Amino acid sequence: MGCGNPSKPTDQLPRTLLHRPRPGEIIIQALLFLAASISIFTTLGIVASLGLEAFAFFRKISLIDFFTDTVWQPAIERYGILPLLSATLATSFWAMLLALPLGLLVAIYLSEYAPRRVRDFLKPVLELLAGIPTVVYGYFALNTVTPLIRNLFGRQRVDVYNTLSAGLVMGILILPLIASMCEDALSSVPRSLKEGAYAMGANKLEVSLTIVVPAAFSGIAAAFILGLSRAVGETMIVAMAAGAGPNLTLNPFKSAETMTGHIVRISGGDLSYDSMDYQSLFAIALVLFIVTLGLNMLSSRIVRRFREVYE
Amino acid sequence: MNPSPPISGRLDSRLEERRRKSGRWRIIFLVCTIVSVFFLAALLAGIVNQAFGYVLVQTEEDPAKLVPEGETLSEQDAQGLSSILQERLSRRLYRKLDTEAPLAERSRAELLGIIDAEILKPHVIATWSLFESIFFKPEIMESVVRDYQGGSLQFRSWVSASLLSSSQSSDPLRSGIRGALLGSLLTILFTILFALPLGVAAAVWLEEYARDNWLNRVIRTNIYNLAGVPSIIYGMLGLALFVRAMAPLTSGAIFGVQSEGTSLDGRTVLSASLSLALLILPIIIINAQEAMRAVPQSLRQSSLALGATRWQTVWHHVLPASADRILTGAVLAISRALGETAPLVVVGASTFLSMDPTGPFSKFTTLPIQIYQWSARPQQEFRNLAAGAIVVLLVMLLSLNASVIYMRAKYSNKKAASQ
Repeated sequence: MGCGNPSKPTDQLPRTLLHRPRPGEIIIQALLFLAASISIFTTLGIVASLGLEAFAFFRKISLIDFFTDTVWQPAIERYGILPLLSATLATSFWAMLLALPLGLLVAIYLSEYAPRRVRDFLKPVLELLAGIPTVVYGYFALNTVTPLIRNLFGRQRVDVYNTLSAGLVMGILILPLIASMCEDALSSVPRSLKEGAYAMGANKLEVSLTIVVPAAFSGIAAAFILGLSRAVGETMIVAMAAGAGPNLTLNPFKSAETMTGHIVRISGGDLSYDSMDYQSLFAIALVLFIVTLGLNMLSSRIVRRFREVYE
Repeated sequence: MNPSPPISGRLDSRLEERRRKSGRWRIIFLVCTIVSVFFLAALLAGIVNQAFGYVLVQTEEDPAKLVPEGETLSEQDAQGLSSILQERLSRRLYRKLDTEAPLAERSRAELLGIIDAEILKPHVIATWSLFESIFFKPEIMESVVRDYQGGSLQFRSWVSASLLSSSQSSDPLRSGIRGALLGSLLTILFTILFALPLGVAAAVWLEEYARDNWLNRVIRTNIYNLAGVPSIIYGMLGLALFVRAMAPLTSGAIFGVQSEGTSLDGRTVLSASLSLALLILPIIIINAQEAMRAVPQSLRQSSLALGATRWQTVWHHVLPASADRILTGAVLAISRALGETAPLVVVGASTFLSMDPTGPFSKFTTLPIQIYQWSARPQQEFRNLAAGAIVVLLVMLLSLNASVIYMRAKYSNKKAASQ
């Protein structure tokens, strides 16, 4: 937001006033620009550090092996990301299964049904839920949800660490995000659309489900994708509750290690630089970075398109 | 030949059905919302449930045997306690303690502490959650008598003054979060020092100076994308850049810092705060940009019209006018950094640290990391400790959030008053 050139050159003013050198201002500008460009350097730093180590890794392990091998066992030099990837997908799936419908329904209630006072109370509560550290969610998964699931389905069938518990708690974590993004999308649907439907005799449910939700669909889709990206990158819950040790399974009662969980577990121990272990973590992180970045960009692209329609 | 019912009748019957359906869905929406709020309640209840409850403690020595018949240990005066110590402790240990500080001059509480640590050596045999402690008290009593021999059953709050004041230890009864808490505060302090000035400066550039060219557009988009990068990626960046590549700087080696408790590689408070600073920088920038955008354009124009330079306008008018909002955003970013765990594990938090951090070049651990490590232990009593630490962490975060709400309210009052 520029504020315009403060002085317009006019012939009456002496030249010295117009072109008075202001080294201080220039230095300040340079410093400000430097501060802003740190974000670029951060991105470059991420790409370079992940890329360099991952490159060293892929010189020893081919990309094809990396993406098709079904075993991740550094001890026998097998580095197949599939077990880690499948666990990430499994936990994300359970998270989305909980968070999507619930988040959308909460958003519909908040934007279309809730009285003002209820909304004024609920929105901060959901924000509060979003502000709790993930390590607390991880603790909750491990000590409250897992015992619950084990009592429900049988102790033999359900492992102490399982992807279901981690996934469901992750769903609780991203629920406020999805609810608030969906709510934003729903409440920015123009009033005229809704009033048109009411004038035709539609009731509140019909307006909500047949007018508002479809009109806000792209915003809702963006929220879902962003939620998925959050689930894929979420670390502490899966590190604490999903299990240690890569395991290629889709059984929600079995333990399996996700990409993020693996990074945390291995880097938490003694890790020597330039070892295969060290480099393999960066290869996983690179995959994670690309996937989440892709999802985020997709989400913001959808939001932008959606804005063009209604503003 | 059935005459079709009049249109109004068909409408009525459909109307009834539509109303019922609408009513049903209204209830579904409401239930979903209640369920979501219930999750928050369950989360907090789950933590509190573990943070308090009965513990069965056994001591290596029966405290009743230390004192004459009919008296209890807590009734003894300092002299009586020190004579117990003299009697029970090995000569070497007694002499060692005496040379540290003469036992005769120590206070009662101190002496009781020594008796606890050296003679009684209490350890936890079993723990019960708050829920069990309240509703199944008779069963607990029964099981204590039946399953365990001896020991005393006591109600324990795992959140206590000693949790805050004692250092990490392998004994859950005496372990505390002192080092982790100090580590968290120190790390956050440096994080603020790096991130706040940089973030505000970047926001000033983007809002007040930047022309709409490709470079600035790239910077803007880039900041939004960075805000969505998973925190663990920042940990990897910190590991590669601050811990490894900049090790001489972050370990303090080039400053000649080398004392006890400092780390020889870059796994220091400084590396942790730099990584966290990069993590919260996008949040601070985005919030500060919004704050400055809310400053009326007329303020800038009047300042410039009076001959102020751009920087004078920013420094004397735009920043003061948006300061409270910038601060609000910063506090939110800080509370995010305070709860962050994964990047710090990757950057290399120490797994066991019984010493307090002393400065930017110390090894570090933080409160969330302490919680993570305690939760990972199989023993129940460490999980109780973790719950106690979580309560402390949540209270800190809650007070930060409350301060934001307070600031917002004050801000809107001020605005309302000026209008």
